[in-house]
Amino acid sequence: MTTRVLVTGLGTTSPVGGDVTSTWAALLSGQSGVDTLKHDWASDLGTQIAAEVAVDPSDVLERVKARRLDRSGQLALVAALEAWKDAGFRLGDGDGDATDPERVAVALASGIGGVQTLLSNYDALREKGPRRVSPLAIPMLMPNGPAASIGLTIGAKAGVHTPVSACASGNEAISLGIDMIRLGRADVVVVGGTEAAVHALPMAAFGQMMALSKRNDEPDKASRPWDKGRDGFVMGEGAAVLVLESEAHAQARGATAYAEAAGAGITADSHDIAQPDPAGLGATRAMKRALEDARLDPADVVHINAHATSTPQGDVAEAMAIREALGGAADRAVVTSTKSMTGHLLGAAGALESVATVLALRDRVVPPTINLDDPEDVGLDLASTRRELPSGDLAAMNNSFGFGGHNVAIAFRSV
Amino acid sequence: MANQTEILNDLATIVEDIAGVDAADVQLDKEFIGDLDVDSLSMVEIVVAAEEKFGVRIPDDEVKNLKTVGDAVNYIDQAQG
Repeated sequence: MTTRVLVTGLGTTSPVGGDVTSTWAALLSGQSGVDTLKHDWASDLGTQIAAEVAVDPSDVLERVKARRLDRSGQLALVAALEAWKDAGFRLGDGDGDATDPERVAVALASGIGGVQTLLSNYDALREKGPRRVSPLAIPMLMPNGPAASIGLTIGAKAGVHTPVSACASGNEAISLGIDMIRLGRADVVVVGGTEAAVHALPMAAFGQMMALSKRNDEPDKASRPWDKGRDGFVMGEGAAVLVLESEAHAQARGATAYAEAAGAGITADSHDIAQPDPAGLGATRAMKRALEDARLDPADVVHINAHATSTPQGDVAEAMAIREALGGAADRAVVTSTKSMTGHLLGAAGALESVATVLALRDRVVPPTINLDDPEDVGLDLASTRRELPSGDLAAMNNSFGFGGHNVAIAFRSV
Repeated sequence: MANQTEILNDLATIVEDIAGVDAADVQLDKEFIGDLDVDSLSMVEIVVAAEEKFGVRIPDDEVKNLKTVGDAVNYIDQAQG
């Protein structure tokens, strides 16, 4: 009998809200978090829009704590603190908290890592010399920095991990957390992803790949998955965290579960470093594996939060993959892309969209894909407006795919 | 050229900014690591900020001798001389 893994806490700081409640309300109401960039550095770029976080982390975190973290670490800590508290845990003192630190782990991903720290310290090195490079630069820029700071804050001693698989990183972290609990390596795993790459260099680099939307004059319309007018993704930033917990541990402390993290499927395309497999074969296998791992039938799946980033090729390939993975049962699944509102959070995307998937199961409602004015005929039930889900036992999936050919699907089941 | 009181005040502001210690607690007899809970990386940041503020050079080998705030104030005072 496989150990059941429950989701007992959620946290986020996103382009549409500074916490879970505000983010979920914004997603359900179809609110875009994309705006024109006000930074001086943006004026030379082909793309001058992005989805920055709605609440700056420096408004929330203690100043001295914040200055020792890269922005990606700040965002991760904000989300993790919310999720930890939401799960009913307390910080540090152990007083009244029955959780053994040696049974608590962290799997917190990032696609790009502390790129803002790296670049600002390189600026300092060139302009003022090596002595002006911060002694904190390495712990701030290392990709595992956010995971480590969460581990330190909540007291996690079962292991602290940082899976890196570009835009699939967040889902890979969730998959790792499920595995750790099933293997008995931890009772509680704080999982998720963070990204803070809204900066001239990553924006210029994605621009050179022809990956970004250039709809600078209509920022809130720029992210439009499956719409015929889509022209690339919109860079987003933020973090999202889920607390995963073994059913036994959750029951023993009387915790409330949002959903079951029922299974995961991970595959690799082995096709191209940046292009997805044109027929979505790797994505199909990831979804099928997730369903098998979760012991679900395709017909159980009533909702998919798709990776769909608003790129011309990727959205269509994923739609084909969904049809292939679910077969005729694909007709029953309401498919959405919350990236239409949040932009693409890269290594945090899977985590934020898993939070949305979990809440969709709990509240029986699917957030809309906004800007779907002229949809491609992809043969799926795309949620161009907010949609209700039926009652009863339901399952849903969240897809994430990343440069390098990484495909990770996570299956959730209602509780 | 700052006198010792001015050096202490400015140094206290730097320590507060970097390590989050209340500037009022940054007194001459306090040890950076033992009393003020300044860690080794923050100490490097404090040294570099002090170099910039007071226009002095504090070599890496010297930093280990600056155990108390008073040690640092004296060193900066003499280095300015």
